[in-house]
Formats: sequence, structure tokens, C-alpha cells
Amino acid sequence: MNKFEQELRNGNFVCGECSKCNKLVWPPSDLCNNCFNNVKWRPISKIAKLVEFSSKNDEYFCIAEFENQIRVMGKVENILNLHVGQTLTLVKCGFDGKEIFVFGLGD
Amino acid sequence: MKKVGIVTGGTTKFTKTDISIESLLVSAIKQIFDNSSNLSQKDVDVVLTSTNANNKYLANITSELSGMAPKIAHSVESLCNSGTNCIVSAYAYISSGLADVALVAGAEKTDSPGLVLDWDKSRGQYKHPIYWSSMFTSAHKRKFGTTLEDLAYVGANNHRNALDTPYAYFEKPFSVEEIMESKPLTENLRLLDCSMPCNGSAAILLASENVIKNFCEQPIWMTGIGQKAISASFTKNDDLTSMKSTILSASDAYKMSKKAAEDIDAAELHDAFSICEIIELEDLGLVPKGEGGSYVRRLYDTKDRKINPRGGLIGTGHPLGATGIAQTIEICQQLQGKAGKRQIDGAKTGLIHNMSAAATSSTVLILES
Repeated sequence: MNKFEQELRNGNFVCGECSKCNKLVWPPSDLCNNCFNNVKWRPISKIAKLVEFSSKNDEYFCIAEFENQIRVMGKVENILNLHVGQTLTLVKCGFDGKEIFVFGLGD
Repeated sequence: MKKVGIVTGGTTKFTKTDISIESLLVSAIKQIFDNSSNLSQKDVDVVLTSTNANNKYLANITSELSGMAPKIAHSVESLCNSGTNCIVSAYAYISSGLADVALVAGAEKTDSPGLVLDWDKSRGQYKHPIYWSSMFTSAHKRKFGTTLEDLAYVGANNHRNALDTPYAYFEKPFSVEEIMESKPLTENLRLLDCSMPCNGSAAILLASENVIKNFCEQPIWMTGIGQKAISASFTKNDDLTSMKSTILSASDAYKMSKKAAEDIDAAELHDAFSICEIIELEDLGLVPKGEGGSYVRRLYDTKDRKINPRGGLIGTGHPLGATGIAQTIEICQQLQGKAGKRQIDGAKTGLIHNMSAAATSSTVLILES
């Protein structure tokens, strides 16, 4: 289990940042996908931008973008009138065999 | 580089009947030998198998079961475009001079482990392909006004075309209304907008220009190849109204063949979901961007078979490792004038588009008679 999954199990969304070229490495990996140096794990901002969304059985799911580059799919809760580009907040994350991201209303 | 041609192909019935991967492969390979009277097992230099199944050493096992002892035997796996990846590998062996005759056989079973890419962390809890296809649909609807009814025309057309394909999984047509009213899976997707995983196999024989006339009188030449892997993670698709890997692989294939979209007489497109066909029509340059929805309606209204003449993945079924090979066989038969009721009159140049994992990779082949 890598650091990403360990932290996600504890409710923390972290990502590796290259110790040499400072690139934020996504998807998570122990080595930078630009220069192959080791990464340092750091928390990712909880603020995200809504990229796209759809729904199933009246439950919305979306693609959200963190720090202008990291995109993940997650569930949207308690938001009406979604629109692309709006600000979301990561209100919960976890791991139960799959990565879980839950978004709520932005600041 | 040696010129590479296609001799013939064979396809098993696509079904839900439980048959072993090995039996499926040998059944498709049998048709290659049935269709090529001068071909013997000792002529085959390369045997490649295409599948997502976990069976090990499958190319060697298949060779032994088919009485072949090739110089080169191995499997190729690349999720849904394993089949065309396998064909491109065979092309490379022949064009480089390492081999003269290559047999490519692909097979899959309904419970294939290739149906969902669990590795993709960017999909979160939404790993199943119905979620990425819903995202592409949302984006295309918003930007171009594409409707769910447009999507239903893709399915109606491909199911109708599949009625003339003997190996197709589906053996009945579905109307636009029936597709619209089929079980909703998401806001943007109904059951009949989806291709059906099934058991099936397809095999194809490639040969160099030096020897191909020993095995057939009407070789079909592979003149264009384009492949691109932009990523493995779905969310690396920047623009969800488009498939970047398809645009790039089409550009390379057109350039290599010195052909353009206007030259294409018949095309097999990877309609894993109905939205895929609409986006691919646009990204392959077959229609202007944003006009895929109106074009599929015209195809249906005019009974034009130019796109997915065998019925695509939606009409025939989607046994992953066999799909790209079955698509290539269809275009080959169209260019040989051997497509029977599906024949497009005068087809001389054809295109195959096969992609994987939310269009994170694509393959485009161009064939000429």
C-alpha cells in the first residue's frame, strides 16, 4: 500500500510532489513521472473546480479539478443547480477498495 | 519496409454460451484454413493472440492446438483495442522482414477482467465504463446540443445493420423508441446505448507482398496505421467533447496512407457506447465537429451502411480481444466485395477505429483494395 492509499484511508487526500523538479505527480506514484526522482507527499487543497457532471438515480457524480491539474471523479452532495466551472469543496474522502471523494458546496 | 496485406479472416458466433478461450480461438482459426486452400500450418511464421483473459502462454497453446509451430508466438493485451494492437504487431513483424505470414487470433469471454480498469484511481468509486461515457455525453450535449434521441439513432442503425451479420450477438432490431425506453443506467445512458460483453473470437491472416498471392487472389493492403496512448487515467482527457487519442492516431494513419477522410468508403467505429460513435465520426474528420448527431440520423433515414456496416459493437456484441479483429475483417470483406447483404457498392478504401479505456488510447487502420 502506498502513501496515497494509506492517507486516503485516514480521510486525507495527499499527492506526491517531486523533490527535484517540483512537479505534482498524478496519478499517485513514488517516483516523479517527469524526472524519476522521489516525491514528497503533501496534502492537496480541498477546493476544486467542477469540470463535468451527470447523475444516476438522482445522485450526482462529477469530475472535479484540484490545483488546476489533478482531476478525480466523486459524488456530489447537497448541491442544486450544478454548473461547470463552479467551486466545490472536498467534504470527505476515503478508501473502501475504491477511492471515495465526496464534494459539497464551495466557499 | 515490405508491403503487408490481409488474406482472409474468420469469426465465431458471438454468444453467451460458455466455451473455453482455447476452443473459441481454434474455431476462428479453422475458418482461416478453410478459406485459404493453399495455406498449411507450416507456412505460419507468427501466431499472436489478443485477449484480456488471464490464460497464460495462450499463443503457444493455441498454436499447438492448431498444429502450428511458429517462429514467434505471444499474446497482446491492451483492453478493448487489443485486437488492432495485435494486428499492428503482426504488421511490424512482416514489414520488418522478420516474418512473411502472421496469424492473429483474438477471443474474450463475458466475464473478462478487461471490462473495468480498476487501476484508474482518478475514477474514484465510479470505475465502470458507464460513468465515463456519461461524462462524454454531458459535455457533448452541452456544447453541441446533442440529444438522447440522437444517441438512440446510433443504436437503432447498428442493430439494424447487425441483422445481416451472421455472427452478431443480437438477432432482432430495436427501434429508436425501444432504445429510448430501455432501462436507464444513468441520466445519459440507457441499456441499449451500450455494447454487450459476450463470448467470441475472430482471426485474421496477414502476409507479405512476397508470398500473399500464394494464398489469395484479392489481397487487401494495410496502408495506414496510427496509434496513440495519451494516458491510462480517464480524467487525463482534457476536452470531454472529443477523443484526443483518436484525433492523433487518425492524423498519423491518414498521413501514412496519403488518404483523407473524404476518401473513406466504409468505416468500422468503436461504438462501445452510442456517444462514442458520434464523437468518433467528428474526430476522424468524417463529419464536421458538432454534426455527429445529425449525421447518424441521416444514416438511419437513408439506410446508409457506410458507418459500422456489420452493426458495430452495439449490434454485434463486444468480446474485447476479438473486437478489433472482427472490425478489420469486416472492412477487408467490404473491400474484397465479399460482404454479401452488407456490401457497400464500390468500396475501395476503408477505415477501422478501435479504442480503449475511455479513449485514453486509440488505433486507426486504413485498408485499400
